Amino acid sequence: MKRRENLMAYLDWLSIWLYLLLVAIGLATIYAVNFDDGQYFFDGSLPHMRQLVWVGISVFAAAVVMILDYKFFSAMAWPFYAFMLLLLLLTFAIAPTINGARSWLVFGPVSLQPAEFAKIATSLALARYLTSVDVNLSQLRSQLIAMALIALPMGLVVMQRDIGTALVFTGFFLVLYREGFPATVPVIAFYVGLLFVSTLLFGPVTVSLAITAVLAFFMVFIIRNWKRLKIRFLEIILIYLLSFTFVNFGVDMLFYKALQPHQQSRINVLLGREVERGANYNVEQAKIAIGSGGVLGKGYLKGTLTKGDFVPEQGTDFIFSGIGEEFGFVGSSLFLLLFMALLLRILWLAERQRSSFTRIYAYGVASVLFMHFLVNVGMAIGLLPVIGIPLPFISYGGSSLLGFTISLAILLKLDAYRKLVLR
Amino acid sequence: MKDVFGNRKYVIRGMVILVTLIFIVRLFSLQVLDSSLKSEASDVGRKTLYPVRGLIYDRNGVLIVGNKPIYDLMLVQKQLGEMDTLAFCKYLGISDSFFRARLHVLSTRSWRYSKVRPELFMSMIPEERMAVLREHLYEFPGFMPQVRLVRTYPYTAAAHVIGNVGEVNQKEMDASNGYYRPGEYVGKDGIEKYYEPELRGKKGVKYYYKDNLGRDIGPYRNGAFDTLPEPGRNIEISLDIFLQVYGEKLMKNKRGSIVAIEPGSGEILAFVSSPSYDPNMLVGRQRGNNFRALLHDSINKPLINRPLRALYPPGSTFKPLMGLIAWNEGAIRPGMGYPCAGAYHISGIRIGCHHHPRIHNLNEGIQRSCNSYFCESLRLLLENDKFEDESDALDTWSGYLRAFNLGRKTGIDLYGELSGNVPDSKYYDRLYKGWRWKAATVISLAIGQGELTVTPIQLANLYAILANGGKYRMPHLVRSIAGQDTIHRKYTRYRTVPIPEDKIKWIYEGMENVIRDGTAGLARIPGISVCGKTGTAENPHGADHSIFTAFAPRENPRIAIAVVVENSGFGGTWAAPIASLMMEYYLKGEIAPERKWLEDYILKADFIDEDNEAAESGQ
Repeated sequence: MKRRENLMAYLDWLSIWLYLLLVAIGLATIYAVNFDDGQYFFDGSLPHMRQLVWVGISVFAAAVVMILDYKFFSAMAWPFYAFMLLLLLLTFAIAPTINGARSWLVFGPVSLQPAEFAKIATSLALARYLTSVDVNLSQLRSQLIAMALIALPMGLVVMQRDIGTALVFTGFFLVLYREGFPATVPVIAFYVGLLFVSTLLFGPVTVSLAITAVLAFFMVFIIRNWKRLKIRFLEIILIYLLSFTFVNFGVDMLFYKALQPHQQSRINVLLGREVERGANYNVEQAKIAIGSGGVLGKGYLKGTLTKGDFVPEQGTDFIFSGIGEEFGFVGSSLFLLLFMALLLRILWLAERQRSSFTRIYAYGVASVLFMHFLVNVGMAIGLLPVIGIPLPFISYGGSSLLGFTISLAILLKLDAYRKLVLR
Repeated sequence: MKDVFGNRKYVIRGMVILVTLIFIVRLFSLQVLDSSLKSEASDVGRKTLYPVRGLIYDRNGVLIVGNKPIYDLMLVQKQLGEMDTLAFCKYLGISDSFFRARLHVLSTRSWRYSKVRPELFMSMIPEERMAVLREHLYEFPGFMPQVRLVRTYPYTAAAHVIGNVGEVNQKEMDASNGYYRPGEYVGKDGIEKYYEPELRGKKGVKYYYKDNLGRDIGPYRNGAFDTLPEPGRNIEISLDIFLQVYGEKLMKNKRGSIVAIEPGSGEILAFVSSPSYDPNMLVGRQRGNNFRALLHDSINKPLINRPLRALYPPGSTFKPLMGLIAWNEGAIRPGMGYPCAGAYHISGIRIGCHHHPRIHNLNEGIQRSCNSYFCESLRLLLENDKFEDESDALDTWSGYLRAFNLGRKTGIDLYGELSGNVPDSKYYDRLYKGWRWKAATVISLAIGQGELTVTPIQLANLYAILANGGKYRMPHLVRSIAGQDTIHRKYTRYRTVPIPEDKIKWIYEGMENVIRDGTAGLARIPGISVCGKTGTAENPHGADHSIFTAFAPRENPRIAIAVVVENSGFGGTWAAPIASLMMEYYLKGEIAPERKWLEDYILKADFIDEDNEAAESGQ
């Protein structure tokens, strides 16, 4: 097989075009949100020029990935994972505090966020582990090891006080779910989440009454169909008691002890329990900027709220507000659909693999991108609490662009060799 | 391998699609349905509201740093019409060519200056001038004044303590983590810089709807997002401004420093660095020129903060401490006498001494300032058997000096302090590489000469420590900051020196005799017992520096003072009378009539012009 020519032929060009389109939109938006009358376009200190340098670096890194042997990635999965854990630990030890988090390694003018690359390492490690011969996700041992693989880097990121990135790591449960992790876990997680939010919203008394009513309903139902149902009485009671304890004691503990005051207030703002000015300022401004875009938007470089620097962090975490204001409902919906297209394309690529390693890795990439998409856009339009993570390919920032580009490049490389791989 | 969970891929894809759809629905409600948000689409401007900078008061509540209005004249070029240019220039006190040059810049550089928005025509016009122009402003369409506040210093004194306020530079902006924007003002020196975070307050912000020309046409969302500026905090500092002004008057035409400290509290009462300058020079339009002139005045060097940065050998003012150390280490007894034969000889080195009666004890040694007595004390200390060698002994000696805050910064709340030099054994090992140094090599340390250097504030602090019996607080200026419960803990904590109080108090007798019947008769203040010590810092570049350190009254001292007058010779002649006048002024509030002649004698003294003449004639 003549590898060089075939690599170009077997690459998934649709993904590449989608990627390039998103990066171009990102650059244009970064230019727009920092746009100021009278500035010199090629001024190297301006964000869009700096980001352009990062695009160059990212494309170069992708080219390097393409030249590497396709077996390299599964072979290097463990060393890479171990190296990233060490790097995260090192970062925690020596990094300066920037915006309350200690997650940046600073080398002169360049700062890197090792957590961005830890996501790739975790995807590779999960893929490597789940393709081992003796792994079966229906067994507790494998479940625990797989969860530990996710929890280790996640714990280190939490130690760096980078809650947003830690949240992204929970996305890997989608990978585990796809590979046969019992569905009860996400169901339980959803149930706990529901109890948590409804308790905060309606108070423990109301929720306790509600679950008691549900229990009573179940009791009647169970007693009537005693013979036909295998559910045991005791299990139901146990679930009820656990829920009751959680609602009346656990929620308060979790909310007031485990969360920082600013995180509490962000959740309060989202649930409408608090209208403090400082806490909802970002979201209010982002919502106003997006809302003022109307159906068709104000036009490129014409976003007045964007230009007036109303939305804090509008080049990074709140960059979606710039898109919303300048391109309106039509433009931003198209953008969301474009992003969805890339996600679905990656998920589709995943399913066409013969190699489980590539499939699992592809799910890892898709999960990380999906979590960023969900949290970032959800925050900007006021559906989720404020958690600062970048919008992939769009937000200003070198580490995140480089990290996402490399993870996508590895996937496309593996995908191009899918016919060779039989594992 | 059979893919049992293949169907789960549909669940995951479904989630992706569902989330995107939820987002789009939300966008539809925000961007299409919610008209309250769409009405925000008009232009909104943002204006920073600057807080009023905090005021500074002295220890008696006298305002020493205030704010006064100053005006920037703005011009909207579109509204510019027929006007009497000549009259306009006359009111403003500018030349016709300046007027035309400004107009030219504004009108030709159209990419930088708007024709429809107010642009800066001339900055920092004082109130007096603005008052003249304001009456005629209607004759000059397009011009409008914009007020802002700048600093004013009613007493034109204490420039080195107060510092000044100036436009923020790139370095300060970088260091502030984005707080300062170009064109904003920041404390540049002194208290203004040290307490910048307290003095500056907190900026506010105002959002407003703009018309097509960028003019304010009403508050945005009824001011829901506006924040009010928080005024800066007022600070009370420990200076007695009248004592300060008096000190600067006495030091006129002299180079040097006065530092006065309240011994119990560590509060600085006066802090004179001479030659000084009027702090008002660094306010307003002439700030840049004046600053350059001060910076390039290489003869007077008025910007140097001498109390913090001038290093002198302490000379004989070090002797009381020398005696205390030798006594405390058991090298001498206070009753030790010494037959001074007009000089001290050790290993072929001769240290001269002046003529004086025989010394019977330590206090007489201090009173007569006998060089031989303290050289012998240091020799006995360095060659004492209790130490391993001279190195060990010298390190013990320098340890005492550090305990008295010599050789390290006092920690005063001003930037730029120097630590001086207290040599230890390592220092001499380095200096005499390989050669063995011994007591004879370093003997001049005993009389405050040699490699020992101190700053005036360290010297004043040393005598504040002696005055307070060995217990002291770090010298500091801040007394209270409004809206803040306490000042920094480092200024309220007591430190102690390793010499017992009774020994320190024992040598007061010797220091009082210095004034009563010793080297500083001119420092006598009727009715107050002053303890002090003269000193002469040898100066290899010219005439010696005159030093006097003292505290008063002997019981419950209220002021400790160090005075340095450069190039004026013996300490008793110039520094001592200045210190005594300062103490008298502070303790009594006025100078007794029978001492007016002394005041005149000091005010007339001029060591700067004399110096320059000497330098000129020498050429």
